[in-house]
Amino acid sequence: MAAPPTIDWNAVINDPRFQALHRKKQGFLTGLMIFSVIFYFLLPIGAAYFQDLYKIKIWGVVNFGLVFALLQFIVAWGVAFYYSRRAGSEFDRLAREIAADYEKGKVAT
Amino acid sequence: MNLQNRKALAWGLVGLLPLVCMTAYAQGAVTQEYRWITFTVFAAIIALTMYVTYVASKRVKSASDFYTAGGGVTGMQNGWAIAGDYLSAASFLGIAGLISQYGYDGFMYSVGWLVAYITVLLVIAEPCRNIGRYTLSDILAYRNNPKAMRIVGALSVITVSTFYLTAQMVGGGVLVKTLIGIDYEISVIAVGVLMLAYVLFGGMVATTWVQIIKAILLVIASLVLVILVWLPYGFSLPGFLQDVVADPKVQARVATLIGDPAKTMTAAELGQRFLEPGLYFKAPIDQISLGMALVFGTAGLPHILMRFFTVPTAQQARKSVVWAMAIIGGFYILTLFLGFGAAKFVGPAAIASVDAGGNMAAPLLAQYLGGGADSFLGNFMLAFVSAVAFATIVAVVAGLVLAAASAIAHDLYVGVYHGGDTVPPQQQVRAARVATVIVGAMAITIGIAAKGQNVAHLVALAFAVAASANFPCVLLTLYWKRCSTGGIVAGMIIGTVVAVGLTLVSPNVTYPKAVRAASQKVFDGEAAKRSAIEQALLSTDAEAASQARINLTALDKAVAKAKDDVAKVAGRERSFLGLEQPLFTLKNPGIISIPLGFLAVLLGSLLFRDRRSEELWPEVYARQNTGILASKASAH
Repeated sequence: MAAPPTIDWNAVINDPRFQALHRKKQGFLTGLMIFSVIFYFLLPIGAAYFQDLYKIKIWGVVNFGLVFALLQFIVAWGVAFYYSRRAGSEFDRLAREIAADYEKGKVAT
Repeated sequence: MNLQNRKALAWGLVGLLPLVCMTAYAQGAVTQEYRWITFTVFAAIIALTMYVTYVASKRVKSASDFYTAGGGVTGMQNGWAIAGDYLSAASFLGIAGLISQYGYDGFMYSVGWLVAYITVLLVIAEPCRNIGRYTLSDILAYRNNPKAMRIVGALSVITVSTFYLTAQMVGGGVLVKTLIGIDYEISVIAVGVLMLAYVLFGGMVATTWVQIIKAILLVIASLVLVILVWLPYGFSLPGFLQDVVADPKVQARVATLIGDPAKTMTAAELGQRFLEPGLYFKAPIDQISLGMALVFGTAGLPHILMRFFTVPTAQQARKSVVWAMAIIGGFYILTLFLGFGAAKFVGPAAIASVDAGGNMAAPLLAQYLGGGADSFLGNFMLAFVSAVAFATIVAVVAGLVLAAASAIAHDLYVGVYHGGDTVPPQQQVRAARVATVIVGAMAITIGIAAKGQNVAHLVALAFAVAASANFPCVLLTLYWKRCSTGGIVAGMIIGTVVAVGLTLVSPNVTYPKAVRAASQKVFDGEAAKRSAIEQALLSTDAEAASQARINLTALDKAVAKAKDDVAKVAGRERSFLGLEQPLFTLKNPGIISIPLGFLAVLLGSLLFRDRRSEELWPEVYARQNTGILASKASAH
């Protein structure tokens, strides 16, 4: 299972390009993950402790609780869309550049 | 695939025919006269999936083909397959049923099942694709002690899959019995044999396509039903829900659920209450605990993780989660209409009179929308939905069996027993097939042995173990430099033991005293209810009289069940662990076991340092982020 010895993995993770990619990705993913988890748990917590809010009718018989639950779907899809756009336009390109260089052995260490 | 295997497949097909024919003579939700429709629809779906398996069987030559379809599945295909792997009967029939019985809470319950995929998308799918191969243990073994990882990883995969599998087999058996009336044991065997045919001959290639076909059928069936439900309201959400809350059947259900306070409420208020939280979930902490198990557990489910090894690149893995989220989320939104539609058109009481859990909501709605129990179209639609439900169970079970079999064959047999990749490819595939037969036989045996047991909580337990053991281990080995063999072993053991242990002393287990108390309540209320129903039966209003007949059936069923429950615990005072009452009051252990699982990995890693784990960290970290050599990893 060990990879071919031609790649110096320490060089990869110390490469400034890798560190830049890592920093951007780590911050972005952590932020998005924390937001998503907090936003999701607001739903059951609100349903338990803020029932009066959930009962407020907004659109005919449709109340805040239903709108909030439907919004969860929109937000989940939004997060997925936002992440895959950012990853597709930025992270993938950086990762490909690094991978291509090291796989070909261009970077001498 | 050689000629002999093809012959075996053909005989397997012939062997299934009697099972299919039995549907023609059985007693179930479908009436005798229309039984042939059920037979035809079932046969058509089985024939289609068998054809796919036959074609797939020619493509399965290596272990990589068997476990991961050779890594040649596209992102879109994998997205549909993930949806097919994930949307079990519990979500298709269970959530629609929950909404039809409890309104808002049922819909809220479905949200966590979708949000779970954000965790999969953001932190699990792509790194796993980049460094993994066939199984969960491959990821753990990359930098930690391979033998130790394969043993604990395989044990955890087998534990999680067995819990999930048992719930699916028992649920599937009951469902097929209720829908088409064939015996429970035969239903379980039919599910098991069909699933074995797919996995054994077609490996991951056939499993993937069966899951894709099932997901497409499920979406089509739901879309048709929702259009029929919603069209009369010009696709207006408030218009549709207005009619739901104005329905006397729905209002009566709310009155039954909330008891005394209902006496001071108007009919309109009762109806509106159906759209408000609190009819099903009474304990907020328990619900949050369940939410944690769902949101973090999905990312640790072996049969879902395994799907990411079937795509060629991290980009395709990402694409497949986005597709899966679109399909799964869209499906739960359709379920909202199925559930409320069933409550409005069929009525909560009528649904519960067929199945107390509400599982028959979607099938009964289909029958109603097609024109009712005496019409051709009504029975055709019921048959179609039943067949889709059957395909649903088989597809989910196939994914689970493949995951468990890969843990036995690839991790334990090849990895631990033979110590690595020295096993010739032919022998690896044979080991995988043998393991599949073992797991399949085990699934059928457990399914039959667990007849009549309440296994619904086993799905939640599977998620809890996955969230408490697998998820912390995979996450920290991917993202934490200091993570070590000791940490993973500790996390796997503590996460699993705490989740299972807490469940064994939780309210999920039978406590004879509580059962007797609950049954006594039913007996105490029986007389009053019966006289109220008898009064209503004499009513001149046809609607009220027919509602009363439904209520009478439901009451008789409830009393019979209560008597049955009491008989089951006769002479016992304590649960099987010797407890009079639960030690742990939550139904889901996640809120305790997930943090403990993480803590165990952290402490274990800090206490037991491992040089190999640390030396390989740069490699793991570089590869999971950049995908260097990822394509080569899938080729070797």
